[in-house]
Amino acid sequence: MSAFWIAVLGSSALAFLVKFLGASVPESFLSHPRILRINNLIPVALLTALIAVNTFADKTKLTLDNRALGMAAALALLIAKAPFPVVVVGAALTSALAYRLL
Amino acid sequence: MSVKRDSFSVSITVGAYGSAFGAAAVAADFSVLQACLLSLLLFSGASQFAVVGVIAAGGTPLNAIATSTLLGTRNGLYGLRLAPILKLRGFKRVIAAQITIDESTGVALAQNDENEMRKGFWYTGIGVFVFWNLFTLAGALGAQAIGDPSAWGLDAAVPAAFLGLLWPRLADRKSWVLAGFAILLALTLTPFVPAGIPIISCTLLAIIIGWRR
Repeated sequence: MSAFWIAVLGSSALAFLVKFLGASVPESFLSHPRILRINNLIPVALLTALIAVNTFADKTKLTLDNRALGMAAALALLIAKAPFPVVVVGAALTSALAYRLL
Repeated sequence: MSVKRDSFSVSITVGAYGSAFGAAAVAADFSVLQACLLSLLLFSGASQFAVVGVIAAGGTPLNAIATSTLLGTRNGLYGLRLAPILKLRGFKRVIAAQITIDESTGVALAQNDENEMRKGFWYTGIGVFVFWNLFTLAGALGAQAIGDPSAWGLDAAVPAAFLGLLWPRLADRKSWVLAGFAILLALTLTPFVPAGIPIISCTLLAIIIGWRR
């Protein structure tokens, strides 16, 4: 089985397990304030790391290319309170333009 | 305010964004079928993008699974919060679990009485599921048709999507500090450890910063 299939099926199975278990365990088990705090911060940590790596890395090499310009556009659009699809499309268009010009 | 209208507008806006996922997945060399299966079976935006993002960054499948699952733990806590309101058993509980995501939980908890909460959960969960999957297919087919992903900026669409997901979570100083350290740690580790490890290592930062009030 290819890496892609393992990633697709494995992550899907675990995602469902997490959703289903959450609805099934007794409430006291997971409602400790520390667990809740950490759980709220995990997405911030992982999303930020994903942004950094998907923008400034190529495998294990650090790079600075057209994607960084795309991200600058995304950041500007978010600060200007643009809606979500506009942010993604704006970043893609900027990056594509930079890719053709650089 | 009608819960039906709330649910519908959330479903169509969030669902449309599935096209970005479909396109990003295909740009990262997933097949159209794999992109669609992620939306059908995994069905949690940030986790789906994480699978694609980790593999695109050169990470192993195990790494992709771990990152995506950690991002999905909040769905478990949503389920915990919703269980006493939904009061479900058997097959319905299985269906409800699959559509327990940010949006269905958000709309449900915004309602005033339990009956409206249940409606909000089901309408939004099913609505997002339908539109998200349709748009995933459209985005995946679109990306397949256009060839070189960099020429269309699709390589920047993935991190931009992550940034869009992260933005509303940067609500307090603690989150900003954590984000700053996560960028530093992830990029510092990148040249020295296998791809994918720098991402999941940042979980540790969340635990350290979240440990104390």
